[in-house]
Amino acid sequence: MPVVTLRLFRGDAGSGDFAEYRGEAEEGMVLLDVIHRLQATQTPDLAVRWNCKAGKCGSCSAEVNGRPRLLCMTQMSLFPHGEPITVAPIKTFPIIRDLVGDVSFNYEVAKTIPAFRPRPPDPDGVYRMMQVDVERVQEFHKCIECFLCQDVCHVIRDHDENKPYFAGPRFFVRIAALEMHPLDTHSRTEMLRAKAGIGYCNITKCCTEVCPEQIRITDNAIIPLKERVVDDCYDPLQWLFRKFTRKE
Amino acid sequence: MVQEQYETHEHDVLIIGAGGAGLRAAIEARAVGVSVGLISKSLLGKAHTVMAEGGIAAALGNVYSDDNWRVHFRDTMRGGKMLNNWRMAQLHAQEAPARVLELERWGAVFDRTKDGLILQRDFGGHRYARLAHVGDRTGLEMLRTLQQHAVAQGIEVHMECTVTRLLKDGDRVSGAFGYRRDTGRFVVFIAKAVILATGGVGKLWKFTSNSWECTGNGVMLALEAGAELIDMESYQFHPTGMVWPPSVRGTLVTEGVRGDGGTLRNSKGERFMFRYIPEFFKAETADNEDEADRWYTDKKQNRRTPDLLPRDEVARAINAEVKAGRGSPHGGVFLDIASRRPADYIMRRLPSMYHQFKELADVDITKEPMEVGPTAHYMNGGIRVDAETTATAIPGLYAAGEVAGGLHGSNRLGGNALSDLLVFGRRAGQHAALYAKSLSGLPTADTSRLAACARAALMPFESKGTENPHAFQAELQETMQSLAGIIRTETELQEALVRLGEYRQRLPQVRVEGGRAYNPGWHTALDLYALLTAAECVTRSALERKESRGGHAREDYPSTDRRFASVNIVVSKRDGAIITTLEPIREMPDELRQLIEEKR
Repeated sequence: MPVVTLRLFRGDAGSGDFAEYRGEAEEGMVLLDVIHRLQATQTPDLAVRWNCKAGKCGSCSAEVNGRPRLLCMTQMSLFPHGEPITVAPIKTFPIIRDLVGDVSFNYEVAKTIPAFRPRPPDPDGVYRMMQVDVERVQEFHKCIECFLCQDVCHVIRDHDENKPYFAGPRFFVRIAALEMHPLDTHSRTEMLRAKAGIGYCNITKCCTEVCPEQIRITDNAIIPLKERVVDDCYDPLQWLFRKFTRKE
Repeated sequence: MVQEQYETHEHDVLIIGAGGAGLRAAIEARAVGVSVGLISKSLLGKAHTVMAEGGIAAALGNVYSDDNWRVHFRDTMRGGKMLNNWRMAQLHAQEAPARVLELERWGAVFDRTKDGLILQRDFGGHRYARLAHVGDRTGLEMLRTLQQHAVAQGIEVHMECTVTRLLKDGDRVSGAFGYRRDTGRFVVFIAKAVILATGGVGKLWKFTSNSWECTGNGVMLALEAGAELIDMESYQFHPTGMVWPPSVRGTLVTEGVRGDGGTLRNSKGERFMFRYIPEFFKAETADNEDEADRWYTDKKQNRRTPDLLPRDEVARAINAEVKAGRGSPHGGVFLDIASRRPADYIMRRLPSMYHQFKELADVDITKEPMEVGPTAHYMNGGIRVDAETTATAIPGLYAAGEVAGGLHGSNRLGGNALSDLLVFGRRAGQHAALYAKSLSGLPTADTSRLAACARAALMPFESKGTENPHAFQAELQETMQSLAGIIRTETELQEALVRLGEYRQRLPQVRVEGGRAYNPGWHTALDLYALLTAAECVTRSALERKESRGGHAREDYPSTDRRFASVNIVVSKRDGAIITTLEPIREMPDELRQLIEEKR
């Protein structure tokens, strides 16, 4: 069985450093398996967050050799033989312990998003929507809230001070899902401009690159939302038009 | 005083578990107008509900207008081999459509029919295409919708918090004691009513589709508080889990693969399910490949493919094929959709299965068959509850979702889990809230117990033993896998009981290192007590039922036995011992009985 060297961050918000472990990797194993094996045999208190181990819950986000990834979907065969693998907690959020980050920022932002407000149903009491009209929203609903997009976004990764003014890619996807929902009646463009700080995004597409669900965050969510903000908030003709036909 | 020593929260209704049932209960309790606290063992939105793939069973009749609650009720009862609580099965079938439409009103976006209605897919044991779905990630859609709706209602959520004991005030429940994962600090909840929505016990077995959380905490909490469990011998091994590579063995492969046209084959290429059609389902199951294949498009003229027999039947058939030496290279069988449906159809219908096999097994399911085998999946039994209110025998204690028993009898149909969460989650929230409203003041928690709760939780740090909690859990799983798994016998079950007794003796020797902050070794150690309790309940019940029925198969009693046809096995704890008793099932009213006897 091939032996691999892992350099894992051990410590908490106060202090910490990378510690080296040697573990065995069987054929077909993912990085989370190797970490679990270390936990079971060498260091039982090693903190790592995980749930489904099938890429569906988005709990085991970490930075592997500097790249944001899900530990459960990272095949060991990906790594060059003999080189140590470095695993660190996601950098944008405070560390709780070892590989576990405090992602509560995201749950606070979630509370500020104006909820879904559907139009009334058809006269027979049900809603009709065509498949072609819901596919874009379904793409956004694939989000597993791993927060890797939040982690990689330089607006908050490198500037902690932006956090109060910037919702981050995950929540642009969430807002896009609401704005483009065929039944929704609410407008969130002013909120996007003033509170969610969509203007800070300069479309470097890092979020799209790390998304394990392959959601085209920048192209399909952020850019259309930016266009809506421009239309609604900065276009004088639109502004005038809205004066009369405004949807609230 | 409580307040001085421990972080304390007061709620009218405390809900333990934030999966589908817990969230739905929270929303309903809040709507009744009481204060609600929701405890989540993980982060919010990560509950095991996200792993549900295929869909939500509800007789909306969007694809087959002949479908209605009566047919759904019949399918559920027959799937459960008639051990079901018929009143729960009735309420479930009647209310599921409204619960699904409600999700849509809260923002869920299901796949659509050509007319723009909610599309429904075929699943095992359902006469009609009945499962509302979103590709193969329905659980995620449902959980996220409930989560966002609950957050919008301002429900207070205690994330990464685990309850180790329920608190009582005399006979009635009065709160809970637990710890926070991040700090390891203890926390006390005082509540008028408590809803258990903690999910299942999948971590009892080595090959499982369940996450680390599913350690039977709710079963243990209820039993310790004095409530009863039923049908614990009946456990669902999902027929199709991944079998290779070894590290992902057990990971779920949705029944939707078969619902959308996939078929099971052995190493000789035979569609072996045709050889495993039981008498009970003969009249409604196709006995040749042509009819089975025609059934996908014409349900009126043809009978259902045996690939979609209820899960217990399919799991045992796969088990038998592998035992007979006709398995796949890695000890499963083949699940083939590649040769039966076009690649773009597979990609559209089963995107996450495609992704899962590509990433984890390097298999392209649009080109090659999958290798699959049975995996521990779902607790058919659970806490005994009242059908209308979900109340347990303990005043103020309610249970809903996988942790509650009754609805599914001896085998759950695919798709009935998500609808169960919605229907009985709502009922639990409603009735717990009404009960809480009927009480005047907050109960007094028995504070004398708190110190004992804290001491018990800290024991693994002070243990002089050398048992590693992870190794201990793995050993327990090996035992259950080999002695109380998919096929059981008297001698093996007796052996399991002996070993479980030894594990209990060894439990105080479990020792953990490190501190209290986010220490998985400690968390694993604390969950062992619940796992052991659940293991004993399963094993004792399995010994009691000397027949094979649904999710309980005995090699030494291979057929059904009329003596057990209308009894439930009830588990309770008396004087510190877990005991089982047989109780007759309440007589079904004639109008329901007729629905079941009706021929197709």
